[in-house]
Amino acid sequence: MTTLGLPAAPRRAPRPRRPGRLILLGLLALLLLAAAAAAAPWLAPWDPEEMDVIGVMGPPSAAHPFGSDVMGRDVLSRVLFALRASLLVSTSAVLLSLLVAIPLGLVAGYFGRWVDGAISRALDMILVLPAMLLAITFIAILGPGSTVAALAIAVIYLPILARVMRTGALVVTRNDYVLGARARGASHLRVLLTHVLPNALGPVIVQASILAAFALQLEAGLSFLGLGVQPPTPSLGSMLADGRDVLTQAPWVEIFPGLAIVAAVLAFTVLGEGLRQAFDPEGVAE
Amino acid sequence: MTALLSVSDVAIRFAGPARPAVDGVSLDLRAGEMFGLVGESGSGKSTLANAVLGLLPASATVTGSIRLEGRELLGLPEEELRAIRGDAAAMIFQDASASLDPTWPVGDQIAETIRAHRPVSRREAERRALELMAEVGIPDPARRFRDAPHRFSGGMRQRIVIAAALANDPRLLIADEPTTALDVTIQAQVLQLIDRLRREHGTTVLLITHDLGVVAQACDRVGVMRGGRLLEVVATADLFAKPSHPYTRALLAANPATAPRGSRLPVIPPEWSVEALDG
Repeated sequence: MTTLGLPAAPRRAPRPRRPGRLILLGLLALLLLAAAAAAAPWLAPWDPEEMDVIGVMGPPSAAHPFGSDVMGRDVLSRVLFALRASLLVSTSAVLLSLLVAIPLGLVAGYFGRWVDGAISRALDMILVLPAMLLAITFIAILGPGSTVAALAIAVIYLPILARVMRTGALVVTRNDYVLGARARGASHLRVLLTHVLPNALGPVIVQASILAAFALQLEAGLSFLGLGVQPPTPSLGSMLADGRDVLTQAPWVEIFPGLAIVAAVLAFTVLGEGLRQAFDPEGVAE
Repeated sequence: MTALLSVSDVAIRFAGPARPAVDGVSLDLRAGEMFGLVGESGSGKSTLANAVLGLLPASATVTGSIRLEGRELLGLPEEELRAIRGDAAAMIFQDASASLDPTWPVGDQIAETIRAHRPVSRREAERRALELMAEVGIPDPARRFRDAPHRFSGGMRQRIVIAAALANDPRLLIADEPTTALDVTIQAQVLQLIDRLRREHGTTVLLITHDLGVVAQACDRVGVMRGGRLLEVVATADLFAKPSHPYTRALLAANPATAPRGSRLPVIPPEWSVEALDG
């Protein structure tokens, strides 16, 4: 920021950190995946639900680059459409969770005392339940489907994100500029929105991008169990479940959806790690 | 002369410790004067200052009466206190540099103070903020308006904070150690600025400090606090010429600037320790 010709301050970490590169790499990979998923109807060479009795479990070929599955459906087309469902469920789950977690954590961290007590204890009650069990309970009550899966994941992440927000708000609220803004006559709401939120949001964004990776895995797990996206709509998890039975005869049915999950999870994680190094060097989000 | 701020028999207790942080303090500020409140760390001077604007944490209980222009402030609902803060009474904090939000342009933070109290447009508030920046001596305010606080020196940030505090022409300005974080030459400049603005605007200033040099330079009257109690209130000239309270005499004797060169500085006698005050 200064343009003085002074030597750079000595680095604290022995290894130079390049958060910019990680963020760029993660974003690029994610955009690529998202673009492929969004353009699935045009990119996919076949209808993902169209069966071909003759081409059952065909190996990768020019017509079916990723091969075809037990029902003769094109694996590439199915992976593209499944990626669409997976990314949609995982990102909307995290966004939905953020929508509730940010105000809750902000209010708890800022006001403290009984407000914090009430909100934090309520969130702890969600936190004590194992994530998968909670999701399955949700689905048992509301029935399976991608919307319910997204909702369940959002509920699971609510206490985690709210906690990170609360910690951030707690730290920022102790700063003199918050008291200063109050002394200048700013209302609680204004102080919260204009001074506390922007200064405390970094770790939450970091945590959200890391959780998006786990959300994708959770969704895949639910669909693998048949609790997420319902057939015949393809999903990465249910494709893994289908391919498991024919792993020795037609490994491509299993490998390609698996690779898609790895790629998407990796993209979110790399982005999250880059953001963490850039916005949360002290590790509040962990 | 009428009192602008009238503090009577104020005691402040925090949830934890048994000793009150402020214990039965009564004090009248005359309109237009600069009143110095001196005392050691922990003597309760900052706690008292925060209590005036209702900025103490919720764990504090305040009893007694604090009146601003005759209006009782204690027990006022939050919204009415908010309307007073930054308008009728403003405050500058110990580390004024830290009381600016690092993510916000400084000009906007001054404008925020205006818009919190006056129904003016953003543009009008910004125009007024620019005037204030010029008034407190920020060079080239139009160009610096959108700069973040970290782009200013400590002394310049202090000026910005003072500009924000004076944005609505308050009758009372509470300055809690406004010069502690600055080096000596900048301290003098900031004190002169506060003094000049007070004269021009007729603002009453409550200056909290532990620096007797600052008091001598700027204040009309001085209150000496110790262990939560106000020991004496005297005119500044009298404080140095004929200190009446034994603690004040001890405090002045412990000032390296006035003590004989080469001699050991006297220690505050044990009968004025906090424990002795309790007994």
